[in-house]
Amino acid sequence: MLSSYWDSVCIFLGINILLGISLYIPMVCGLISLGQGGFMAIGAYVAVMLTKAGAPFVVALVAGALVAAVAGLIVGAPALRIRGIYVMILTLGFGEIVRVFFLNFEPTGGASGLGGIPPLTELWQIVLSCVLAYLLVWRIRQLRFGRAMIAIHDDDLAAEAMGINLTRTKLMSFSLGAFIAGIAGGFYAHYALFIDANQFDFSRSAMTFLYVVLGGTVNPFGPVLGAAIVTLLPEVLRVVQDWRMTVFGTLLILIAIWRPDGILRTAGFRK
Amino acid sequence: MFIQQLANGVMLGSTYALVAIGYTLVFGVLRLLHLAHGEVFMVGAFAGLQVVLWWHFGPFVALIAGLVVAALLGMVLEVVAFRPIRKRGNSHLAPIVSTIGAGLVLQEVMTKVFGAEQTPFPSDLGKIAYDLGFIHVTGSQVFILAVAIVSMAVLHFFVTYTRYGMAMRAASENLQVAAILGVNVDNVVLVTFAVASALGGIAGVLVGLNFNAISPYMGLEMGIKGMAVMLIGGLGSIYGAMVGGLILGIVEVLSVAYLASSLRDAFAFGLMILILIVRPRGLFQVGIRAER
Repeated sequence: MLSSYWDSVCIFLGINILLGISLYIPMVCGLISLGQGGFMAIGAYVAVMLTKAGAPFVVALVAGALVAAVAGLIVGAPALRIRGIYVMILTLGFGEIVRVFFLNFEPTGGASGLGGIPPLTELWQIVLSCVLAYLLVWRIRQLRFGRAMIAIHDDDLAAEAMGINLTRTKLMSFSLGAFIAGIAGGFYAHYALFIDANQFDFSRSAMTFLYVVLGGTVNPFGPVLGAAIVTLLPEVLRVVQDWRMTVFGTLLILIAIWRPDGILRTAGFRK
Repeated sequence: MFIQQLANGVMLGSTYALVAIGYTLVFGVLRLLHLAHGEVFMVGAFAGLQVVLWWHFGPFVALIAGLVVAALLGMVLEVVAFRPIRKRGNSHLAPIVSTIGAGLVLQEVMTKVFGAEQTPFPSDLGKIAYDLGFIHVTGSQVFILAVAIVSMAVLHFFVTYTRYGMAMRAASENLQVAAILGVNVDNVVLVTFAVASALGGIAGVLVGLNFNAISPYMGLEMGIKGMAVMLIGGLGSIYGAMVGGLILGIVEVLSVAYLASSLRDAFAFGLMILILIVRPRGLFQVGIRAER
């Protein structure tokens, strides 16, 4: 068995990989979210309310993720007419709305947070989910849906002219990403055992963004590598103690300059 | 009562506008999001505070200190976190990574130097009160409004009539063409960062005066609000950012006064999403294609 320290590092790594993949999927069709923390929060809160009511963990996880997926559809709708930085700031605003909502929603603890969560998350569940999610993004480029997403990313007008349903593809990809972020939220809550709204703030969404962009946006292994780097680097940097974030931030700048398109620059497979 | 709230909203909104203009200037020229701009605002506030605390200068000197330090910091950020990436291709996501990194560094350094708690911002302006019959304003509110108006007027004249202002506008129409026509793009970008950050620094000092408390983490919230205002106004539109800032400030103050104060931020971002649904490119649609 792993020591409890490495156990917890691995669990957080797995959760972050799930988050990275959740951002990667809508990114395949060009929608970049800075609000994954919001979907994660929805998944976490819904799952916790259900397990506290006695529901099995799997049911709670999936239910939380489904609610997050519905939220993804709702946020995706205004995102249909806009692209690029507009989508990023729109989703950022959504994440803040979710945070403020849970901060004030008394049935889930409001500002004082929600504690007493049963410790249900185990490492094997997370490993399994990561493998499944990775297989999904790895296969997605070969599926009809994935090819449609790539076509939209490259040129949405041309894609539409070729008969691709822009609305459905964009909404589906956004919603699928939200679903996976919701799963990550459920796992997170049942491992952290205490959640409050501020754990799912903009910093969380920004970190999720880092996983994908740092790892590389064209290779499905990018978000996994990026999540590993961003999760493990601060652990390694414990030697520098108090200046951890300074060194980490400096490294981020250097990596961005070294590999502006992410560490994995090629797709790594034949299209 | 309503007019009083409106006046308070305008005060708050003018600081939002100053921050948002910074975002929109950088966006206009480079089409990039500058995620460390909130931290520039925070550093500007601390610079102003130090001048007041150490040398007991008044708010005007604090303002100049905030302006100068923020402008210098902005130029450093451009040279460190933007220029090297620009020289190596045209990635629009990498600068977001590097500015998140720069933001983390600035936050931790400021926390180490000044402590994580909120620091009060001493000022005598808050004690002066003017009674205009129908509204009450404090000295700091008059100061904030005056400074915001003067800054925006100076900015207007700068971009309209000066050599560098015109170069900035040319660059924001099309950076490549501006370069071909002999505009020194690197200098223009540097000036853009200096101007954008100076306005952010001014806003930092003004917010410090208004709320009488600053902390190393104040940049995050202001940064997010600034981006929302930029979006409301339309990416790259200076005047849109001014109007958007006022709208957001007024909506926030009114929602605190008449609705639920704890849901203030939800109203602010809800308004942003609403405007985005009605006008997908913001209130002041500019000719630039923000999408990639």
